[in-house]
Amino acid sequence: MLKTPLAEEHEKLGARMVDFSGWYLPVQYTGIVNEHTAVRQACGAFDTCHMGRIMVTGSGSGDYLSAVVTVDAANMPVGRCRYGFLLNNDAGIIDDLIVYRLAHSEFMVVVNSATHDNDLVQLRQHIKPGVKIEDVSSSMAKIDIQGPLSPEITSKTLAFDLTDLRYFQTRIVSFRNSSIIVSRTGYTGETGFELYVPTGLIAEIWTTCLKHGATPSGLGARDTLRLEAGLPLYGHEFSTDVTPLEAGFMRYIDLQRSFIGSETLRMKAKSGPARKLTPFTIEGRQSARNGNAAIIGGEKAGFVTSGSFAPSLGYCIGFAYLDSDMSANSNTFEIDNGRKILNASVSKTPFYKK
Amino acid sequence: MIPADLKYTKSHEWVRIDGNSATVGITDFAQSQLGDITFIDIPSINKPVKAGDSVAVVESVKAASDVYAPVNGTIAEANPELADCPEKVNSDPYGNGWLCKLSNVTMPASSNLMTPAEYEKFLENGAE
Repeated sequence: MLKTPLAEEHEKLGARMVDFSGWYLPVQYTGIVNEHTAVRQACGAFDTCHMGRIMVTGSGSGDYLSAVVTVDAANMPVGRCRYGFLLNNDAGIIDDLIVYRLAHSEFMVVVNSATHDNDLVQLRQHIKPGVKIEDVSSSMAKIDIQGPLSPEITSKTLAFDLTDLRYFQTRIVSFRNSSIIVSRTGYTGETGFELYVPTGLIAEIWTTCLKHGATPSGLGARDTLRLEAGLPLYGHEFSTDVTPLEAGFMRYIDLQRSFIGSETLRMKAKSGPARKLTPFTIEGRQSARNGNAAIIGGEKAGFVTSGSFAPSLGYCIGFAYLDSDMSANSNTFEIDNGRKILNASVSKTPFYKK
Repeated sequence: MIPADLKYTKSHEWVRIDGNSATVGITDFAQSQLGDITFIDIPSINKPVKAGDSVAVVESVKAASDVYAPVNGTIAEANPELADCPEKVNSDPYGNGWLCKLSNVTMPASSNLMTPAEYEKFLENGAE
């Protein structure tokens, strides 16, 4: 397994460690519900070093990225982050990602860990002269600080006032003669920050933010938080078998632009998606899980991509792909969890609202 | 730490036998492995079970796991407090977090029940 620079810190805290896509990471420290609640009510800190960070720089880097991902990088302001997709020619999702414009010709693309290698292959395959691609994932560590108290705690940790950094803005903060990239972004549905820190400084930054009151939080809470916030997870809601059209993410895409997959997407948008990513709730505490069959009128109509008990809500939530025709007139459907049939109601995201 | 008056199984259930009644739960090791427990399903009250049959399904945030009957019997009662407070299984697995009671209890022909010392040893050896 690959270890993050914070592996020893997690062990010191007695975290339960697991193999997450080949990475040695904490699933929990004190308990998933505890950590989830800490993030919702105060502040939690997550080791997210396993994610990929790719620098795209040089003359024409903006135009290059605009042609390769769905984000119009060439036309975004410096100091801003934008969410989008890396698609293949069939408009299948290779990854979902965030593009950071750090300077006119300097971009950082933040990607998922399991898809990192495939992303680099695709980016390099379409490289243009003058553009430089550098994978900085091992020299740059990453942590997320999330929760209502995160502006204060992050500011104290970096000895720099970040309380006015706006949502999806990014800036570079000087810390001990090094540069730390900070963005007001996250994966929890709370106010929060993502910090990109030179590897040599990360243990200090981590322990400092815990000292200022952040609760160390693991992958288990990260998943319940993102699901409550209605956020998709690659490998569950997204894969190369799925287009942003089926997933319902077209609001992030400008179909007037040209990028890899745009032609196919324009064509598919004309006829509408054959299946739709559908948020649902289940009364009670018995959860649906990834892979469970969704049933409408006694027939298989799709499958669950994510499901869990929602600690901040007290009932169960999830996502499922449902056949568009079969689900057109129902706002309920059934889920076979392998032991019994659960009754699901079509819902809206976010599941949890502040 | 492991109660002396209980017997244990390799699938981390404990059982307290009182004549031909028994109380069944999961061990501290099991609750810790499962994490925060969100729901307990005991579907078959009054159903006769043999040792090794599933008597309950414990759901945690991450997964659902079966709980197996340590002895033969009939499922007589499910712990009524767990419907509202499934966390009792985490906080008090040997006490208020009991899962169900069996009646008409008989020992199976080949019993795999362990004494507290044997269970502790089993855990030390990696619970295999």
